[in-house]
Amino acid sequence: MTRHVIIGAGQAGLQIVESLRKEGFSGEIALIGDEASAPYQRPPLSKKYLLGQITAERLLFRAPEHYGRLGVELRLSTRVTAIDPAAHTVTLAEGSQLEWDRLALATGARVRKLGVPGAEDPRVHVLRGVEDAEALRQGLEQAARVVVIGGGFIGLEVAAIARKLGLEVKVVEAQSRVLPRVVAPLVSTFFHELHTGHGVRILLDQQVAALVPSADALTVQTQDGTVIPADLVVVGIGVLPNTELAEAAGLACDAGIVVDEFARTSHPHIVSAGDCTRHRNLLFAAPHRLESVQNAVDQAKVAASTMLDAPVPYAQVPWFWSDQYDVKLQMVGISTGHDSLVVRGVPGPDGFSVFYRSGDRVIAVDSINKPAEHMAARKLIAAGGQCDPERLADTSTDLKTLLQ
Amino acid sequence: MPKVVFVSPGGARRELAIADGWTLMEGAVQHNVQEIAAECGGGCACATCHVFIDPAWLSKLPAPAAAEQDLLDCTAVPRQENSRLSCQLKLTPELDGLVVMLPERQT
Ligand SMILES: Cc1cc2nc3c(=O)[nH]c(=O)nc-3n(C[C@H](O)[C@H](O)[C@H](O)COP(=O)(O)OP(=O)(O)OC[C@H]3O[C@@H](n4cnc5c(N)ncnc54)[C@H](O)[C@@H]3O)c2cc1C
Ligand code: FES
Repeated sequence: MTRHVIIGAGQAGLQIVESLRKEGFSGEIALIGDEASAPYQRPPLSKKYLLGQITAERLLFRAPEHYGRLGVELRLSTRVTAIDPAAHTVTLAEGSQLEWDRLALATGARVRKLGVPGAEDPRVHVLRGVEDAEALRQGLEQAARVVVIGGGFIGLEVAAIARKLGLEVKVVEAQSRVLPRVVAPLVSTFFHELHTGHGVRILLDQQVAALVPSADALTVQTQDGTVIPADLVVVGIGVLPNTELAEAAGLACDAGIVVDEFARTSHPHIVSAGDCTRHRNLLFAAPHRLESVQNAVDQAKVAASTMLDAPVPYAQVPWFWSDQYDVKLQMVGISTGHDSLVVRGVPGPDGFSVFYRSGDRVIAVDSINKPAEHMAARKLIAAGGQCDPERLADTSTDLKTLLQ
Repeated sequence: MPKVVFVSPGGARRELAIADGWTLMEGAVQHNVQEIAAECGGGCACATCHVFIDPAWLSKLPAPAAAEQDLLDCTAVPRQENSRLSCQLKLTPELDGLVVMLPERQT
């Protein structure tokens, strides 16, 4: 019987399994993951879960009995240690081997470590998996002073939760603004003020040099000599794609497992999807790597289609969201390479949208507390992004009418 | 646990027990109700968890908040008076017996 094996039981891995079955694949499927939990959602880990509003059971994508019905062999707490592309096998940590007809790598990403003295102190937390989130949640219960290193999405979401819990929060960012790589300066300014308005202190242009442990504090020292005592430190400085297995198997990697628009790696019978890939999307000239639910789900569907020899190319508009306090940021498209901006509305509590343009096309839109504008922006970008900038900026025109 | 009846577009009925305090979306998705996509996992950010509430039950639900109102204009199958986003509806004992209709598509 045909057997497809998927490595990595996260969002992308599970979606591959579901899509294989939905498209009628009736052979064997093994989904192998090294975490103890059945596949679960990560976004709530820095939101509702960290606040203690939901239990781990509610993070699960599917009830445990679902896997039996799907006819998938779900192997948890099991690490794949090697792939033999020629023999069509994978080796599991306990030494056994599994044969495959088609293999999918959905190995995701892991957190980047802070490479400074003191970073191994138990008061230092990261946030990627549910176990990290649980440890952090418990740590926050004991802490009064929290320092967040990194002013990206995860850092800022954690800062917002820690403030909601009533803790003293400082954010240390190496660049000159928060969310430096992903949004325009005016959006950074909005989030900076949102956090300072909630009592967070943000230190910009500060490189952490060391974490100095003592009995009653873990002191963050920056390169210019600033010292910030903390009870708990959260490091959110980005992730690294899990490419080691692929590299050892001789698959092409370039800061991500390299895949084409059909999610194919450099081996014709191995696909890859999700956070671990550097991929082609037909909507963009250059390949890129994304960390988002949208990419994990949509690329997984492409990977499944390729595994079934009915390949459908990847051509979906990327989108993303982040929740901080009562503000919801929604992003669509990729803003890299924009040459002008159009702002719709006034940055403030009533919400606004920022349109990133390249020439006369809208290539990305950030919406703050404007979910309907975000949904309209998705359609606009999918349709090519042509739109009169004056009408975009005019809040009296309904964005939806611009699309007809 | 409150029981909820999901009616698919073809008329098939499926009854699920969903834990108190969980959202309608969570219960449906975990039990593989395929007609609910819930792309954003309950973030009130995607409008792909759209359902129609049996009119008899509509008044027993709290009114939608502003964000849900806004997103309801963006559903794949156009909204009707009884449209709600299932990720914004928490189950309570009073909702035992709730009947919801599923739309043809979510994207
Ligand atoms: C705290 C947090 C908040 C987030 N918030 C948002 C958000 O608001 N919106 C959004 O769009 N995205 C968000 N994301 C990103 C989103 O969750 C990820 O992009 C998505 O989970 C990627 O799915 P994946 O399947 O590619 O990778 P993962 O979910 O990382 O899954 C990969 C799995 O493979 C396992 N694995 C790796 N190597 C092996 C091996 N050799 N053998 C066996 N198993 C292996 C890993 O342990 C992991 O379980 C957030 C992420 C985090 C951590
Ligand atoms: S699940 Fe996305 S809006 Fe309900």
